Amino acid sequence: MALDSKVPQGPIADKWTDYKNHIDLVNPANKRNIDVIVVGTGLAGGSAAATLAELGYNVKAFAYQDSPRRAHSIAAQGGINAAKNYQGDGDSTYRLFYDTVKGGDYRAREANVYRLAEVSANIIDQCVAQGVPFARDYGGLLDNRSFGGVLVSRTFYAKGQTGQQLLLGAYSAMNRQIGRGKIKMYNRHEMMDVVLVDGKARGIITRNLVTGEVERHSAHAVVIASGGYGNVFFLSTNAMGSNVSASWKIHKKGAYFANPCYTQIHPTCIPVSGDHQSKLTLMSESLRNDGRIWVPAKLEDAQAIREGKKKPTDLSEADRDYYLERRYPAFGNLVPRDVASRAAKERCDAGFGVNKTGEAVYLDFAAAFVRYGTEQALIHGDHNPSAEKIDKLGKEVVKAKYGNLFQMYEKIEDENPYETPMKIYPAVHYTMGGTWVDYNLMTTIPGCYCIGEANFSDHGANRLGASALMQGLADGYFVLPYTIGDYLSDDIRTGAIPTDSPEFEEAEKSVKDQINFFVNNNGTKSVDHFHKRLGKIMWNKVGMARNKQGLTEAMAEIKALREEFWKDVKVPGKGDTYNEELAKAGRVADFLELGELFAKDALVREESCGGHFREESAETEGPQKGEAKRDDVNFAFVSAWEYKGEPADAVLHKEELEFNDIELKTRSYK
Amino acid sequence: MDMNLKLKIWRQNGANDEGKMVDYSLSKVSPDMSFLEMLDVLNEQIINEGGEPIAFDHDCREGICGMCSLYINGEAHGPDRGITTCQLHMRKFKDGDTIYIEPFRAKAFPVIKDLVVDRTAFDRIQHQGGFISVNTSGNTQDANSLPISKHAADEAMDAATCIGCGACVATCKNSSAMLFVGAKVSQYALLPQGQVEAADRVRNMVAQMDAEGFGNCTNTGACEVECPKGISLDNIARMNREFFKANI
Repeated sequence: MALDSKVPQGPIADKWTDYKNHIDLVNPANKRNIDVIVVGTGLAGGSAAATLAELGYNVKAFAYQDSPRRAHSIAAQGGINAAKNYQGDGDSTYRLFYDTVKGGDYRAREANVYRLAEVSANIIDQCVAQGVPFARDYGGLLDNRSFGGVLVSRTFYAKGQTGQQLLLGAYSAMNRQIGRGKIKMYNRHEMMDVVLVDGKARGIITRNLVTGEVERHSAHAVVIASGGYGNVFFLSTNAMGSNVSASWKIHKKGAYFANPCYTQIHPTCIPVSGDHQSKLTLMSESLRNDGRIWVPAKLEDAQAIREGKKKPTDLSEADRDYYLERRYPAFGNLVPRDVASRAAKERCDAGFGVNKTGEAVYLDFAAAFVRYGTEQALIHGDHNPSAEKIDKLGKEVVKAKYGNLFQMYEKIEDENPYETPMKIYPAVHYTMGGTWVDYNLMTTIPGCYCIGEANFSDHGANRLGASALMQGLADGYFVLPYTIGDYLSDDIRTGAIPTDSPEFEEAEKSVKDQINFFVNNNGTKSVDHFHKRLGKIMWNKVGMARNKQGLTEAMAEIKALREEFWKDVKVPGKGDTYNEELAKAGRVADFLELGELFAKDALVREESCGGHFREESAETEGPQKGEAKRDDVNFAFVSAWEYKGEPADAVLHKEELEFNDIELKTRSYK
Repeated sequence: MDMNLKLKIWRQNGANDEGKMVDYSLSKVSPDMSFLEMLDVLNEQIINEGGEPIAFDHDCREGICGMCSLYINGEAHGPDRGITTCQLHMRKFKDGDTIYIEPFRAKAFPVIKDLVVDRTAFDRIQHQGGFISVNTSGNTQDANSLPISKHAADEAMDAATCIGCGACVATCKNSSAMLFVGAKVSQYALLPQGQVEAADRVRNMVAQMDAEGFGNCTNTGACEVECPKGISLDNIARMNREFFKANI
């Protein structure tokens, strides 16, 4: 099947408006006869479910958690971008569009990104109307901060809990519709498969995680909003339950999977402490507004610190290497995430790491304490403050801005970050790749949509900070509710979709067969055992730096591990009860397939772009020496993979990317 | 220094099972482990010995989703302040300690299995008014056309940081949910956007709270102490005020 992105004609600034003016609508009375399933209730799924219900559709929403409020969007800390230009610093829809395309290393679809930038301002208006308590200045107007990879302040925030507040906003909108009966909410339910009738997505099979019951649910369209697949690495900043299964099930039924190798390794996470580690914790990128990143300039100092003979505060300014400020003077500590992560790895690989494992760098707030403290003293009329007073006042300002993050750090590391610099290291955080969708956010399965982190569309090869929340809410509040109507307008006379058809029968049977297989397998090793081994392969060979040999080995190792998993996995308990190990087994089975496709995608993409760094493709001379080298002649396309059984046999379809409104050039932050 | 621990853990196979405390021993526990990582290690041990692992709720493991819900040595979220169970680290315990682990207990939170409880009563309270009735339209008024004092916005934010974990209910001798409900009522009561529906909101949410079987508040203040997000008792006072206002 040829890929058709269905991007409308016309100038980029007019595409979305023109498009909305000409699509088919469903009249309010007919919407009552149409059912829509939404899988996942984070920012994308929650906002979509609420808006579709407001429009009059009958929505069934599904979450594996015990409440939609717990989706992992809640953990996003720093903020949400919007081209409001409230700071008057030259921001505009075009500039947000440009920054996002450039930040994504020119691997995103222009028309989708422009639309995202265009609706961004509406998101802030909508959220404020819902009662989201964004940070404000003393005049009562909304405050902004800046994030990596941009030169303006366009990030709106609610302390270090922006994701929480936005999700609670979407959750409140859902609650209003659940109360009215327009959304039927299924908590603690996991989607096990999608059901196709006459080639269209017409329902899903779920497992009730409390009773173990396998259920059939039908609808006229299915929306997948199940988030990213970072947990293929086992260790990531994702929630423990975050998984690829909903996306993978639709992939196996015909939805192409795009750019799986585009993974964001976030530069500021708390380093790994030991083998018992179950997940990693992010420290918001907003900290890079005020924190300076450094390692010792001398190897002997780094060694002394690792051995506990020296403390970071013992080192003079001259003995510190603020390597981001040194390498990238224009953007300094606010370079994009992929650049900051690779730079940390480079220093640690060279022996400058500062914790026991040698895999950590410092994030230091001492300069911010002085800067803010001096300003506060002046505001309070003290023109000759003591160093102690400056320090005290400065720390109060930093506490007001990032207090919850500092507390979180202290609880995990048992160190006071007000007194000693934080230790940080990159960790898997976000996946730009995902299900391929057209301009309507529809997958290659008719009637099956994919929104939020689960799709591939807007961030190219690297996502800028504070853009995930923007995209999730843009898709759910402002894009999908329009585009889905165009599809559903053909279904006004269809009537309810029956669940007793052979298609439902067959899908349910295969789900039950897999459950029975797992609980009767009598293997010897736990699900986590396999998941951890998969994670090690991924991190070592498909992580921050990749090469042909490592990727080829990874594909073979994952395949072998997958075969071992099916022979030897041990799932205690039964299928028809609460059984967390069984749920995990199904998710890891899918990760074991995705992992191999991921490595294959990275192998095929013989260029470096965004979060994907191929060691064979780096600049060898000139001012950009050592930086990633993109290849626009051969790789300016989206890789969309068609399922053919074994991941190694997946067939590549290319969506060539056209850049008409932004000139393709080398991404420099120097 | 690695630790050896004795664990007494509540096991209950479904809502209708009587349930009991079961003893476990765990060795080589690192002080750097989180409490839930310690339970992961125990579960791995149980699985390898052919048993059924202990069911417990958890998800984000960074203190924000509100899913984890353990009652440890008689305290919701254990012996540290301002944190959830997932942020509790084993360095808070000593070698040789005996640790009691139970679910959050309340009539309105029936046990699903072992340490997992059903907190959907909280959702049902929110369905009755935990929102501002505004449709998504794309032509809502500009966000800055409604200035809100920083003081009110900050206070609303403090109330809004509630993660809905239910520690307040589990802690309260009356199993009262008033800190939880008070926080939501307060968030909207402090903001101009919330005024239009204020009276109906507080009446309906309180009615649902009572219908779910939560107890009343007797101003002990234990909820505020155990709340991982430091939600203040002021929110209960504000809810009472809103409730009186709505009913006179």
